[in-house]
Amino acid sequence: MAARTTSRSSRPVAGVAWDEVALAPVVLVHGAEHVLVERAVQRLRSLAREAQPELEVVEVEASTYQAGMLAVETSPSLFAEHRLVLVRGAEALTDALITDVLAYVGTPAADVWLVVEHRGGQRGKKLLDGLRQAGVPVAACEPIKKDSDKASFVSAEFRRGGRRVEAGAVRALVEALGTDLRELASACDQLMADTTGTVTEATVSTYYGGRVEATGFRVADAAVAGERAQAVALLRHALATGVDPVPIVAVLALKLRQLAKVAAMRGRGGVSASELGLAPWQVDRARKDLQRWTPEGLAAAITAVADADAEVKGQGRDPVFAVERAVLRICAASRG
Amino acid sequence: MTDVWEDVVGQEDAVARLRAAATDDAAMTHAWLVTGPPGSGRSVAAKAFAAALQCSGDPVADEVAVAEVRAGTHPDVTVVTTDKVTISIDEVRGLIGLAQRAPARGRWRVIVVEDADRMLERTSNVLLKAIEEPPPRTVWVLCAPSPQDVVVTIRSRCRQVGLRVPSVEAVAELLVRRDGLEPGLALESARAAQSHVGMARRLARDPEARARRRRILESAARIRGVGDAVLAADDLVETAKAEAAARSEERDAREKAELLRALGVEAGATVPPALRAQVKQLEEDQKRRATRQQRDSLDTAMLDLLSLYRDVLVVQLGASGDVALVNEGAEELVRSLAESSTPEQSLHRMDAIGEVRQRLAGNVAPLLALEAMMVALRPQV
Repeated sequence: MAARTTSRSSRPVAGVAWDEVALAPVVLVHGAEHVLVERAVQRLRSLAREAQPELEVVEVEASTYQAGMLAVETSPSLFAEHRLVLVRGAEALTDALITDVLAYVGTPAADVWLVVEHRGGQRGKKLLDGLRQAGVPVAACEPIKKDSDKASFVSAEFRRGGRRVEAGAVRALVEALGTDLRELASACDQLMADTTGTVTEATVSTYYGGRVEATGFRVADAAVAGERAQAVALLRHALATGVDPVPIVAVLALKLRQLAKVAAMRGRGGVSASELGLAPWQVDRARKDLQRWTPEGLAAAITAVADADAEVKGQGRDPVFAVERAVLRICAASRG
Repeated sequence: MTDVWEDVVGQEDAVARLRAAATDDAAMTHAWLVTGPPGSGRSVAAKAFAAALQCSGDPVADEVAVAEVRAGTHPDVTVVTTDKVTISIDEVRGLIGLAQRAPARGRWRVIVVEDADRMLERTSNVLLKAIEEPPPRTVWVLCAPSPQDVVVTIRSRCRQVGLRVPSVEAVAELLVRRDGLEPGLALESARAAQSHVGMARRLARDPEARARRRRILESAARIRGVGDAVLAADDLVETAKAEAAARSEERDAREKAELLRALGVEAGATVPPALRAQVKQLEEDQKRRATRQQRDSLDTAMLDLLSLYRDVLVVQLGASGDVALVNEGAEELVRSLAESSTPEQSLHRMDAIGEVRQRLAGNVAPLLALEAMMVALRPQV
């Protein structure tokens, strides 16, 4: 019990946000989103350079680290200049690094800032736990998942660049490039470099118009809603941005399966949503969609998707054609 | 002396040819291809042949040899079988070396490949060389459902022995004689299994298997609409998964424990990184085996459903007087289905089931394929 309490109290709930991290004798930059890790390290570097213009930056590669290297880099230098020691890639570290860093944390050198960069994963957990336990500030760089968070990331990018941006433009950018944060960040950079004045929706559409990041789920939603043109357009976007036909078919099947299950639930009354393995919002959604569907239509749609599944897995010649036909057949079936 | 051929039922012609080959060198050849539908006793025939080849005429020695072949411990008889989806190329390479060795005790070294159809083409080609230029005292016995399942280059180098579907009575008789089962039950099981010897045996001996079969048949009749169809498909896949897991769980755990012991890892201790690849390899093999088992069990369910609609069609066409029903135990079910549909619909349903069997072999998502099938089985006007 005692051990449990200590382990809990030693772990801060979450670190500082990556763009608010401040200099400290030792800083841990931790998270799976590479862009944010790079940003955080960049920020620490420029903060250090502001504080000490004569700064010397030393980079240490964690994967080839050998015992004692840290001591060499952090020992007092002849010209007494300040140093920023950056340990790169601690997610693939050697055991010697763990011992050396943890030993160093206890007695940090006065004129050295040590930054440890860890890009997520299980390896080096001992190092992470040890650093957290020592109360080292942690810059959290976890992947951004929600669209609203991506939008605030974009707004922050423009704010940092000292530029004004319209809400519509932010939305359009997230829609066009939202799946990859790095792409999103570089698009912001490009827009700031190439244009002047406020960035508007029109500007974004000049640069990134016609590009939509569609997932299988969006295709399935449109198809089940019977929106033929939109479904096909989204499907083409999805295929063009690198989604494979196989998962699209799987998502179409999933969607129809939910509809059928909810239809069965309605008929029987007794079966609950959790027994069918559906979340309440999925049931609500399916109920709404079901208004457009007849049992016969549902049967035809399921058959069409099953045909497509066999075709994308080698029984047809053209997987893309097979998916597109399935989507069209679902749209046709949904009209009853 | 025990008769090596006693378990090969209803295959008089094939047995006569194999028996002649075993006793007369002039009728012998170095490679045989035993073909026949599933359950006709291909591997039983192949093993009986292997046992016959190890007999020298001395009753006492023969009895020992036959017992050893049956137990799988005879040094000159190797049986290759797989419980995965395919036989791997490495396994076959091992056989090539083995084939070059002279027999240790008997007259022949016999290598029986039970699932010759479960070989990729390049694996077959490895085998080809050994079959083409065989050492003088080595005999290959390959088993496959039909000659077309084996690549033509191998087929042309083998002498073919075709088995046929044994009669229901012959299978029932075997079950009564060998397994000591009650004749009525044996006959019913043999009929339900459509003369598949192994399946009939399992149905007759395992009440759980009979109940499961019954449930599958009834599930088809219970489908009222599309929603039910989807739920029924879900059920069927879950049952197949559970069945595969139940069959392999214990064995998987035992294999892993054995491997860890062989590697010198204590129970509960973490596996050192250098050995992880071996454990992973084992886990992957087990996963492949689970895939195969799940597929096999779904295929069995499909066959049961197919037999049900075959019976429905028999009744609908008014032929039930001339042709025996496969599912005599479920006659009411058959009749009610026959009344509520037309022969055309029955044919469509059988087509749908056949299509799913074909698709499942092509690595489609089982749940989706079954949903489509169940949808086709629902009552339609």
